[in-house]
Amino acid sequence: MSLQSFSDRLLSEISEILARYPQPRAALLPILHACQRESGYISRDTETAVAELVGIPAIDVRETVSFYSLLLDKPAGKYHLQFCTNLSCTLLGAEESVAAACRKLGVHPGETTRDNRFTLTTVECLGACDLSPSLQVNDDYYANMSAEKVNELLDKLK
Amino acid sequence: MMEKILSRHFFNAEARKLSFYLNDGGYEAARNALTQMTPQQVADQVIRSNLRGLGGAGFPAGRKWSFIPKDSPNPRYLVVNCDESEPGTFKDRHILEWTPHSLLEGIIIAAYAIGASQCFIYTRGEYLHYARMLQAALDEACQAGFFGKNIWGTGFDLDVLIHLGAGAYICGEESALLESLEGKKGWPRLRPPFPAVSGLFGCPTIINNTETLSYIPAIIRYGGSWFAGLGTPQNGGLRLYSVSGHVKNPGVYELPLGTPLREIIYTHAGGIRQGRKLKAVIPGGSSTPVLRADEIDVRMDFDSLAAIGSLLGSAGIIVMDESTCLVKALAVLAKFYHHESCGQCTPCREGTGWMARILNRILDGQGVRDDLENLLRVAGNIRGTTICALGDAAAMPVFSFITKFRDEFESHVLQGRCLASK
Ligand SMILES: Cc1cc2nc3c(=O)[nH]c(=O)nc-3n(C[C@H](O)[C@H](O)[C@H](O)COP(=O)(O)O)c2cc1C
Ligand code: SF4
Ligand code: FES
Repeated sequence: MSLQSFSDRLLSEISEILARYPQPRAALLPILHACQRESGYISRDTETAVAELVGIPAIDVRETVSFYSLLLDKPAGKYHLQFCTNLSCTLLGAEESVAAACRKLGVHPGETTRDNRFTLTTVECLGACDLSPSLQVNDDYYANMSAEKVNELLDKLK
Repeated sequence: MMEKILSRHFFNAEARKLSFYLNDGGYEAARNALTQMTPQQVADQVIRSNLRGLGGAGFPAGRKWSFIPKDSPNPRYLVVNCDESEPGTFKDRHILEWTPHSLLEGIIIAAYAIGASQCFIYTRGEYLHYARMLQAALDEACQAGFFGKNIWGTGFDLDVLIHLGAGAYICGEESALLESLEGKKGWPRLRPPFPAVSGLFGCPTIINNTETLSYIPAIIRYGGSWFAGLGTPQNGGLRLYSVSGHVKNPGVYELPLGTPLREIIYTHAGGIRQGRKLKAVIPGGSSTPVLRADEIDVRMDFDSLAAIGSLLGSAGIIVMDESTCLVKALAVLAKFYHHESCGQCTPCREGTGWMARILNRILDGQGVRDDLENLLRVAGNIRGTTICALGDAAAMPVFSFITKFRDEFESHVLQGRCLASK
């Protein structure tokens, strides 16, 4: 997305965000979140356009984008499956759940299915260890995702 | 005695609404503070309460506030740490979901005490839904005139902005959080200067954890001495213990500081699943030294845990039964710290990688005799040599797991045999 292709809605959202922060650069993460909500990821063109809007060099935007795991530099599938594999979830079988999903979708962690419907990643603690094994699909939390429940969920999403 | 403060209405969706909170006496403490008390009187109650920072470090909350310079010409900021990414911790999420107004009321009182008229709530990006619940509560409170200009006619202004992070454990570290809030990558800052003197945009800034601030309204309402009396000496009040792993009932339990760990695990969380035996417990989030099953009579307060060589941290209790392979458990943690190291300090960047690789090699049955000594040596080289406490957090589990469960590690290295009972 280059600046010319930003929708009017996105541009007005960005100027509202900028107005709320004491310094423009502080608005960078919220602006990048808004861009990613619009187009699913943050392209190099988007980075350049955002740099212009915020008034900082494009390389600074690149540095920020590359640091954060939730900012994607390529699109994810329609359903982004984020399996927690940190300790509490591993204690309750997260590895089996990941393996079940990999088998069913025919992908390895970090990959997207050929039909672009599913991206599967493993992530660190989601702050939901009471729900272990926990899974986030896009922005939604799923609780107690045993291998069996993962299979059922994938059938529903397919 | 009131048994619970923040968790009284957990799992009741009505409690999220302003009308419910007001019926419960909500925002009276904030109104009282602003209209009847001086900022110093508010801070004095918090000092008297013995409230400790509940984000992990346990620094006395009232004392931290007193570090704000009295004469700075710059604006002051209140920053709420709602990054909650310490593995094993999920209490702040419960506050956002079930009692967001407790946090918002705490923010008004704290901002008044330190003289801040702008507050940022830094919430981890994964908590988008919970941040929206908080935003809905904030919108209601703004409409009621509890935020904005000239609150309760006192001339005090306060604006609150909810800011979403974007996935980085290190941004829970307070100076990395400030960098992130300024739109940069989350690289911790060298201190001094401390944030209270030079924090956000170089201005005096107080950073408090979500739960710390959420207890402030009760302290102002019932008095600092009352709160102090709920806990143990120097460890005031209650806190939210997150319990996960091999327990029957994982969840958040609100109990006094100083509650025995055994009681939390067996009475409140229902004990170990499937009648198995307890093997090990991490008492305060993944960064705190592990305890053996025979150490769980410890009282859960900052000083009692420090006395036995561990830490209360974020009170994220991770319970491991006899089926757990502790080499595997440590390898999971080592990978986490390696992944989350910001890479700024050589001992942390390189050391976390080495620890993760050595542990994986041991798990693969390729361990060599020197591995355990090397792990301890690498951990020793990280400890105390880095800019922020992530380095120590990565080193501490390595020391404690290997020292306390040496036989399990040796069995893996020397015989390629796992001692966990399956
Ligand atoms: C690596 C690292 C991660 C941290 N993560 C968090 C966190 O997610 N939430 C939090 O409140 N404090 C976290 N802390 C502690 C903060 O640096 C800081 O002590 C705390 O926010 C202060 O608030 P309190 O005094 O109210 O506890 C972390 C510290 C370190 C070193
Ligand atoms: S200790 Fe680790 S995480 Fe902290 S500043 Fe150094 S490299 Fe970064
Ligand atoms: S360990 Fe998986 S959500 Fe915390």
